[in-house]
Parts: sequence; structure tokens; C-alpha cells
Amino acid sequence: MLRYLCAMWLGLGAILPISAQELPYFVTYSHHMEEPGSLEVESKIATGKPEDGNRFGGNAFELEYGTTAWWTSELYLEGQTTAHDSTVFTGYRIENRVRPLLREHWVNPVLYFEFEDINGANKSLLEVVGHDGNDDLTGSNSEARAEKKREAELKLILSSNWKGWNFSENIIAEKDLRHAPWEFGYTLGASRPLRLAGGVRSNAFALQNFAAGAEMYGGLGDKDSFGLHQTSHYFGPTFNWNIPGGPRITASPNFGLNDHSVARIYRFGVAYEIGQLSRYFKGGR
Amino acid sequence: MRAIIVAIAISFSAPLVFAASDGVWLKRVPDQDRARINPYALDENAAAAGALLYKRNCASCHAADASGQGKRPSLRTTRVQHASDGELFWLLTNGNLGHGMPSWSRLPEDQRWQLTRYLHSLPLEETK
Repeated sequence: MLRYLCAMWLGLGAILPISAQELPYFVTYSHHMEEPGSLEVESKIATGKPEDGNRFGGNAFELEYGTTAWWTSELYLEGQTTAHDSTVFTGYRIENRVRPLLREHWVNPVLYFEFEDINGANKSLLEVVGHDGNDDLTGSNSEARAEKKREAELKLILSSNWKGWNFSENIIAEKDLRHAPWEFGYTLGASRPLRLAGGVRSNAFALQNFAAGAEMYGGLGDKDSFGLHQTSHYFGPTFNWNIPGGPRITASPNFGLNDHSVARIYRFGVAYEIGQLSRYFKGGR
Repeated sequence: MRAIIVAIAISFSAPLVFAASDGVWLKRVPDQDRARINPYALDENAAAAGALLYKRNCASCHAADASGQGKRPSLRTTRVQHASDGELFWLLTNGNLGHGMPSWSRLPEDQRWQLTRYLHSLPLEETK
């Protein structure tokens, strides 16, 4: 599986990379969609050491495709490695985002639909909902894998641009399709490029290629116990570097804000965007 | 397994509909946007900066020389070249989502104005 993914990554990279400026978020979505016909390949890693548990590294391998200018589709393949334990595949997700309004507004809504088929060993931490917390990350992989989760996740994404800043807010509702009540969560993000105007020379280290911001996210309980009681919350600065014609590199240290949270989670991401992939399948190039 | 394949197919094989640019978007531009002045209009470096932004963000669809490719329209037509700075800025900001042109509001305003300046510096295409 790993060999297959590496070959696919290298093959895709040989086609035509582009690198549009993207926002430095790991868990927050904005209203910006993937360009139609383009494919973004991204690997997101979250690593941390829960209290009374072993250090882990969760990876989400993401394929994001611009189906149309108002509709983006994504496939995630996920796995994790836990120290003194094992490396396991933890499931997949399929998501779609659509923009119901076709023009820019002060606040731009996006509707998000996701189907997840993951297991209890999943540690990619793409969202925190319900009463997710430190204790969910401490069990052994063999035991955790036995817990199957088939879940639907809905998000309302709200996003605004103002004077170079982006402000995004996501409200999350997630439900196991077989049982368990609806669980809720939130993410907030704000970011800005380090320089707003473009330069006259192509320079990978130009300030316009860097962006910085912050993210905060956490759980809001479930249908039966909505609120902040026994929920975990994280906050951290986030940075990215959009290398012209190359990959985008993103990093963010996240800090747990209460005893229910993991003290620190470090996130890293590498993304590569392939422009107009659809044209290769139409024989147009 | 079949459910996985069906779900992936639904997500990734939706029809790609890209209509040729018909200029209808020009009628949608509000008057106040149409009349906006490009703050980079007198900046000699703006077109050069806009050229780099074009290469990075637009060339994969509209071709390196902006002459268009596939169903993506040329940006060297009379219609585009006669559009006001405000109209092109509005198009970059809002896109024409129903016709395949994405919104470029992710780019800061300054960069969209630089792109506008570059687009207006392009030569008109020869009549075919």
C-alpha cells in the first residue's frame, strides 16, 4: 500500500505542478474551493503524546479535486503509527463541499458533507467533536481497531476576507450511522499573507509566499449533553510557505487548553497541486 | 467494496462543464465596482508583478500567453481588453462559478489589482 502511494505521488508530481496561494489551516475550512479540474495531493501529519499514552503520528493522505468552480470533492486515506505499538491503516473519508452562493459576500457559506469509514485507532485529528479527548488516544492499536465507525459529518463553513485577512468559522455535526447521538464541534481560523502585494521577481522566499495565522478548535458535547463540559480544546499559531511551482509546506504547534486535551499536538503538512488534471484524461494536451 | 467504488465514482467523475466565456458576466458587475480605479494603474512594476501572478495562478487554464486553451477563453480578446479595471477586478474576485471560472478572492486585493494591470497590458489577439 505504501509503495503504491509513493509511486502515485511521484507520478502525479511529474505532470504539471502549480501552486496557488492557500490558507495555512489544518482543521478549518474556508470558502475557497479547489480550482476546477485541478488535483491537490496533501499529506497531513499530527503527532503528540497523550498523558498515560505513547507518542503517536497520525497521517491523513488527501486527494482534493475541483469538480466544478463551486464544488470540491476529497478522498482521505488515513493511518497512524504509535510508539511501542504498531502502524495501522485507520480508514477513509469521502467529502464534498459546495458553495450555494455564486458570488463573494461579507460572509460566504459553504456546505460540507462527509462519509467516514474509520476505526477507533484513527489519530489524524482532522476534527474534534463531542467529548473527544486525551483518553481516546491512549488505548492499544489492536483494541482500538476493533471499534468501527461509520459516520456522517456535516459542516457549515463560514468565511470572510477583509484587508488581506481571512476569517473562517466551521460548525461541525457528526453522527455514527448505526448508533450514538449527534456530536458537535467547532473550528475557528484567521490568517494573512506576510505581504499583500506581489513582487516583480520570482523569489521563493518572497514574503508574499508566506502566510501566518492561528486556529482554535474543540468539541461541544453531544445531543444529550451539549456544552463545554468534558470537552477538549486546542489553540495554536499556524504558518505556511507556498513555494512557487513547488509544494506548499504548513506547520502548526497546537496547545491543549484544558485537562481533557492532549498537552501539545504538532501538525505538519506538505501539499502539491497539479493543474488541470482533467485535461490529461481528455487527450487535450 | 462496491459501496466504496460507487462513492468515489460519484465524487470524482461528476461532469466538468466549462462554458466558453460569453461576456454575460459583464452585465452582472455593479456600477460601483465597474467604476473602481486601479490603485496600481500608474505603477510601472505592477504589470511585471501581475505577470508572475498570472503565470502562477492563471496560465494553467488560459495558457501562458493568455490566448486560451480548450474551452477556457482567451484573455486577449477585445471584450476583455475593453473591460474596465473595475470589471476585471470584479471578475477576479467573484469568478464566474457557473461557467468554470473560480473566484480568486484568496489572493489579496493588491495582487488582484496587479493581475488586472497585467491583463490590460496584453496585446490584442489577431483576428482569426
